[in-house]
This record gives sequence, structure tokens and C-alpha cells, in this order.
Amino acid sequence: MAQVKLNRVVKEYEGGVQAVKGIDLDIADHEFVVLVGPSGCGKSTTLRMIAGLEEISRGDILIGGTVVNDIPPRDRDIAMVFQNYALYPHMSVYDNMAFGLMLRKFPKEEIRRRVENAARILDIGMLLDRKPKALSGGQRQRVAMGRAIVRDPKVFLFDEPLSNLDAKLRVQMRTEIKKVHQTVKTTTVYVTHDQVEAMTLADRVVVMNHGVIEQVGPPTELYHKPATKFVAGFIGSPAMNFIPARLANGSGALNILLPGGISLPVPEARAKRYTGHAGKEVLFGIRPEHLTEVRPNDHRPNLAPLQLTPEVVEPMGMETLAHIWLEGAEIVARIDPSVPAEPGRALPLAADMGQMHLIDPQTDRVI
Amino acid sequence: MALDATTVTAAGPAAAPPRTGVTLHRIARRRSTIAFLMALPLIAVIAGLVAWPAGYAIYLSTLNRRMTSFIGLDNFQILLESETFRMVIWQSCIFAISAVVLKALLGFWLAHMLHHIPTKGQRIWRGLLLLPWVVPPALSTLGWWWMFDPSYSSLNWLLNAVGAPSVPWLGEPGWARASVIIVNVWAGTPFFMIMYLAALKSVPDQLYEAAAIDGATGWQGLRYVTLPMMRNIISITVLFSLIVTFANYDIVRVLTNGGPRDLTHVFASYAFQVGVLSGNIPRGAAVSLFMFPLLAVVAFFILRGVNQRNREMA
Repeated sequence: MAQVKLNRVVKEYEGGVQAVKGIDLDIADHEFVVLVGPSGCGKSTTLRMIAGLEEISRGDILIGGTVVNDIPPRDRDIAMVFQNYALYPHMSVYDNMAFGLMLRKFPKEEIRRRVENAARILDIGMLLDRKPKALSGGQRQRVAMGRAIVRDPKVFLFDEPLSNLDAKLRVQMRTEIKKVHQTVKTTTVYVTHDQVEAMTLADRVVVMNHGVIEQVGPPTELYHKPATKFVAGFIGSPAMNFIPARLANGSGALNILLPGGISLPVPEARAKRYTGHAGKEVLFGIRPEHLTEVRPNDHRPNLAPLQLTPEVVEPMGMETLAHIWLEGAEIVARIDPSVPAEPGRALPLAADMGQMHLIDPQTDRVI
Repeated sequence: MALDATTVTAAGPAAAPPRTGVTLHRIARRRSTIAFLMALPLIAVIAGLVAWPAGYAIYLSTLNRRMTSFIGLDNFQILLESETFRMVIWQSCIFAISAVVLKALLGFWLAHMLHHIPTKGQRIWRGLLLLPWVVPPALSTLGWWWMFDPSYSSLNWLLNAVGAPSVPWLGEPGWARASVIIVNVWAGTPFFMIMYLAALKSVPDQLYEAAAIDGATGWQGLRYVTLPMMRNIISITVLFSLIVTFANYDIVRVLTNGGPRDLTHVFASYAFQVGVLSGNIPRGAAVSLFMFPLLAVVAFFILRGVNQRNREMA
């Protein structure tokens, strides 16, 4: 077990294209860190550099306090679970799991003990004699994890391990991975493009975009206090609404002027933070779950009423999504399914201004 | 029910006349019929060029020299009692096995080297290395024959240039056997190379990455990942090459013509010698049939292994 440290790590390909542009990251012992971002953001490259499968162009990677830049993967004491599992098709499940230990010349008895222990944790004891071909996707995924667990490495690396599974199995395996981490407590770096996976699994989430880290923090912090427009829009589903607005300073209080003549009051607690931007164009950000129907006896402070007309209504069962177009900006509101909402009919809504965000359109940073 | 019965009886006589046409039409439209018709040209080719000659060879081998009477297995018995023929069996096995082993090793080495050349430069090398396999063997063997020539040997000239003595390439039995093998290896290695290269390219990179993380060195990756993943291709290529090499005719015929003292003959060249040049066609047929049981046994074991791995892995 060990901490992992990235110091100004750069990955530059031939022709000067930078996939990773100098990132810093400290991962503590036992921590579960998820790298998340859209495809091409550099998350997989970062993971592969930690694994030693990609060379580092500049900077340092330390595992357990040792610089591993020039250490080959086999000597880094890491284990990796690949997106397509990468099981050896000619070996049985047992041999797949035992292979790493066999190469490291562990005694046969110790290998058997470890493989059986991992098989018990992952509930694959009855599959040990089978070849990977005879396994389902979920079972292969378990074997790939077993291969990592038996090694008892310093660090686990996961490269989009659930992408090839169907939706139901993905949720199940997600829980499984979390359970395994709670049992073995090995430092884990996990790469995914799925923000739900990131939020549910991580102790800390690292949001990457265009080869840089946008924000690092616990899932709830990223959700409630995003640092940039990218993070605000990436975390949460459906995504946060962004509406072009102007911050007006009228009669001693700040107001947000939305298209269509809508004016929303800025809560007093936020006034000081936003004063410098009074009179300027901003992006008003609010999550669909904070734009709801008007509820009787609603005690949330800072609720602002507004009347909007949905054009599309999507009943989801546990909730209904109302899509509203406000002079070019699409807004989604998340309302209770019992509220009668119809396309084309004005709907009284309440915006929870305590949960709002303002974004500087020049810098794309949250103010 | 009653109504149905009436309809059927009523329709019966009316539908009766075109029945044969309908049945034929239905048979013609069956998938199995269409499949059979489409495979018919291939069946005809195999029957005409493989089955019939093989059957005819078996028939011929049971006749006497003048092909006038049936003599059973006498031709085989006479051959087995002949010291020359026993030597031909021995030489054929040495020739085929050593040539195939060398081709397999060299082919693997070349394929590995090619595989690690960046794609851009790979094509030209691949093309050049395939040349020996593409040139008609009778022609390229003539080239080798000239290089082995006792008076004008360019190989000896090179050896002399570095101070080594001349080698009697085709004049001394040991060297003549080696020469035949060298030429066969030279001509046949590219086939192994191209098959192995295709196999190497089909091994997913992630398996090597997984092995590297599991702790494998380059050699261990080769031993535990590359070779097991290539086993089927290696088996099939070896089997195919063994058959072709066993039946090789042109290299021996052009290079040594079986000499010196019939010591470089293999089955095919000896069958030609006995059957055509000496005019004993039935015994020539018997010589060529000797290859069949040998190769059948090898083919059985190799193909059984391939099938088993296919079931487990693919």
C-alpha cells in the first residue's frame, strides 16, 4: 500500500501534441481516486503513465515515495484491470489469477491460498477451472479483479472497467468494486467517463478536461462547489442549466436578470461575493433539481418564484423533466410527477437561489 | 372439419397434374439443394484432381511392371526390402523435418523482427523477404545450382576470399543433403514468416500490457503469451509445410537429381525416377503412396490439437 504522487506530469506525443499538460496530484494511502472526464481528456493516458505503459515526457511519478519514471511496469508493484479485461485466453481462471504470482516465484501453496481467497471475495470459486471463453462479461470482470487482488499490490489501477458491461451489471459491479476496496483498502486509481461511477465510487474525484485537471475534491464538493463551468456541467445528471444573464444592482440588492424579463434576487449571503461583478454579463447556473414546482409549506430559504412554459415534458416515473426554451437557452426543471405539467401551459416554478452558481463567461470560472 | 375435408378432396384432383413440378420446384428451392449445387464445382475439382488420381495411384500400385496383372502388395514389399528405398524414407524424413524446423525458427525470428519495424518501413521489407517464396522454385534452384557449381561456385569464391577452403556442395553426400535443405529453407521460410507475422499482429496489445504488469519480462511474454496465442497458426503452418516439403520434387530434381549415389532422393523425386525414368509406373505409384500414412498420422494429431484449442479459446 502506498501513496501516489504526480509532479508536473506531461505526456507529449510526436509532433508536439500534449495529451497531459503538466498535472499535479497527490493520492493518499488507501484512497480511492477516480479520474473522470470526456474522451480525449488525458485520463487514460495519466493512468497508463502511472502503470508504466506510457513513457512520461516530463515531470515525475512517485509510488510509495520512489520516483518510478524509469521503472518498468513489472517492478512498480501495481495491478491493473483493463476495459476489455485482457484475460489470457489460453489459461484457466486459476492460471490467469496465479500468473503474476507464478512469475514472481511465489511458493505453490501460497499461490493457491491467495487465489482461493480472492475467488472467495469475488464469488468465483466455482469458475477456477474454466477458460475465459466460457465466462460471461461480469464473470470475466471478476476474474480480472481477482488477478489484481491476488497480487496484493501497492496500487490498483482500473481503466474503464465497467464500460463493456450492460447497464444493470454495471451498477452491480460498481457496488462490487466498492465492496472489494472496503475489504482490501488498497490505494486505487480508477478511470471512467461516467460521472455517476465517479461520484458513487470515489473518495475524491479528479475532473480532467483537455489534458489538465479542472478540479479535485470529494464528490459532494464537486457537486455543490464546482470551480469551473466544465465541472459544473459535467457533474450531475441531467446537467446544470446555464442561462446567459446580467447581474444588476438595484435598490441596494443584487438581482439576476434573465432573458424574458425575469428577475431573480441574489441571496444576501452571496451578495458580498458577487458585488464586484455587478452590472456585468454572467452565466446563471442552476441544477434541474433546484428548479422545482412550487411546494406548499416549503421551508427552503431563498426560494424565488418564476413562471415558465415547458415545451417538452418527460415523465420518468420518480420525477418529471420539463424542458423550457428561454430565448435560446434550454432549461430543464425537475418536478414531482404528481404536478400536472403540459407542454405549452405556464408552470409555476421555484428556483432555490441558495444553490445557484454564477459563472464569469470570460474565464469560465465559477464566481 | 367436414368443410376442410371437402375442400381438400375437391382440390385434390385439380392440383394433381402439376404435383411433380411442384415437388421438384420445392426440392430445388431447399437451402441444402442450393448449397449442394453451389459446392458442386469444388466437389468436381476435388473428385477429378484429388480423389480420382489417388484412387488410380492405389490401383496402379497393385499392378505388375507391364501393368497387365494384379500383384497385390508385392510392390510395397519389394520396396521395403530395397536398401535404396529405406534410405529414401530416411532421407525424406531428415530432409522434411530439419527443413521444416529450420523454416519455422527462421520464420518466427523474421516475423518478430518485422513486427517490430514501424508500419511505414515494414511493407518494403515484407515485400523483399517474400521474394524467395514468390520466385518459381525450379528457376531459383537453378540459381542456387550455379552458386553450388564446383567450378564457378560463387559461395566457394566467397569462402576462399575469407581464407576458408572450397566446399564440395553437391559432390559429397553430406554437403549435398545440406544443400538441398538450405535451398528448401531459403524458399520456404517466407511462408512461415508471413503466417507468423499475421498471427503476431492478431495478439491483442493489452495481453502484453497485462503480462508486463503481472511481472513478465520480454522472454516470459514471448513464452507465456505470444507462443500460446500462436500455437494454432504454428501447428497449421508446420503441418502444411511438412506436407509440401515431404512431397518436394523440384529442388532435388534440379539441384542434385537424387545424386550422389541416390543419397539425396526424397519420395517424390524417387517416385519420378522409378516410375517415369525407369519405366516402372506401378512401383513409382507405390513409392508416392508411402507418404500418405506418414502424413496422415501427423495431420491427425496436429489437427486434433488445433480443434481442441479452438473450442477452448476462440
